[in-house]
Amino acid sequence: MIEARDRLGIARRIAQDIPDGWFVNLGIGMPTAVSDYIPADREVIFHAENGVIGIGPAPAPEDADPYLVNAGVQPITLRTGAALVHHADSFAIARGGHLDLCVLGAFQVAETGDLANWAHGLSEPTKQIGGAMDLAVGAKRVWVAMEHGTRGGEPRLLPRCTYPLTARGVVRRIYTDLAVIDVTDAGFTVIEMVPGLDFDTLQSRTGATLRRG
Amino acid sequence: MIDKLVPSLTAAMAGIEDGATVLVAGFGAGIPDTLLRGLLAQGARDLTLVVNAAASEEGPVSDLMAAGRVRKVVCSFVRAASTATKLHREGRLEIEMVPQGTLAERIRAGGAGIPGFYTPTAADTVLAEGRETRVIGGKLCLLEHAIEADVALVDAWEADRWGNLTHRATARNFNPVMAMAGRLTIVQTRHVVPLGTIPPQHVHTAGVFVDRVLHVPEGEAA
Repeated sequence: MIEARDRLGIARRIAQDIPDGWFVNLGIGMPTAVSDYIPADREVIFHAENGVIGIGPAPAPEDADPYLVNAGVQPITLRTGAALVHHADSFAIARGGHLDLCVLGAFQVAETGDLANWAHGLSEPTKQIGGAMDLAVGAKRVWVAMEHGTRGGEPRLLPRCTYPLTARGVVRRIYTDLAVIDVTDAGFTVIEMVPGLDFDTLQSRTGATLRRG
Repeated sequence: MIDKLVPSLTAAMAGIEDGATVLVAGFGAGIPDTLLRGLLAQGARDLTLVVNAAASEEGPVSDLMAAGRVRKVVCSFVRAASTATKLHREGRLEIEMVPQGTLAERIRAGGAGIPGFYTPTAADTVLAEGRETRVIGGKLCLLEHAIEADVALVDAWEADRWGNLTHRATARNFNPVMAMAGRLTIVQTRHVVPLGTIPPQHVHTAGVFVDRVLHVPEGEAA
């Protein structure tokens, strides 16, 4: 049986790979949970695009401060050592190469590292650019957290994205419910599969050619 | 004597003209909600709103749009169900989508006297189609123009009569940058404090960027 990861399982797997000392932005949705799984012996500083440097654990509901929220407008706390800046400075962090890592959700990723995560099409009414284009271009590295395929079984890892791009050639690594895949000059390279999954099955669920890592 | 405190919401909103470009600060917190309701009551039409998210179906930004007072919204985020999307589908509202960091920087540039700048953000996307790009330092970059606004609506935690402001926690967000970029910057503040109360090194938005200050105590709405 394939032991596919659930959404929190993907977040937990990503957290394992973030080393001590990194400064990290987590996108809205699945990536946000990554901070809950950082091992206690690592000091990792989390950034929120609305001007937080040093997000702490989520507060108990009764302790929520309406003046203190993250990029998803969920209540947060600040950890000891935190700093607050205004929006232009917060995006100077994002755009100026100050983040070691940004973890984003995605609709599609191409084997060239192209990222599509803001719209299914230009005629579609939901357009959620937010800070993704800034973060994708500005962070030192971009990892993606996403389901390997759509609910309808369509692959999300493709030779080329069919949805409008967020940024071209920026994704370095992809964490899905099935695998961890690096984006290299040669394309998608599988560096880890979940237990019970074989390479051919993973390939059959992927829209582009996979290489063994 | 410099005294930027105004006695009423009507006084705070006086003189905003039809066709004005209005910056609206806030990101989950720090939204100048009382001033937005004041703008609705004030009556100016054909407005361009510059606001991070036009994503809601209710609230003061939505109310302004639903009242047919907004010609165009410049934002980074809309939802399928939002009032902005509905009006856009009906051909009654123009929407300009801008990446959030580019939005913040265009506003900052507007306040800083920088007419435009180049950025790699969005340079290789559909947002760049038909627009000026050039390669700088090996990177494809997109020309972005500063946003200069007639009016900025700003929220603060504390203000003094010179307009020096503090912003509480993440309620800071767009407030200091938008305050810089408005030709008329109007502030709603939870607390009014005597001049000199805010330590100079703790002023988040200097009073020189502020024109009017309205005291809106906790729990009090327009």
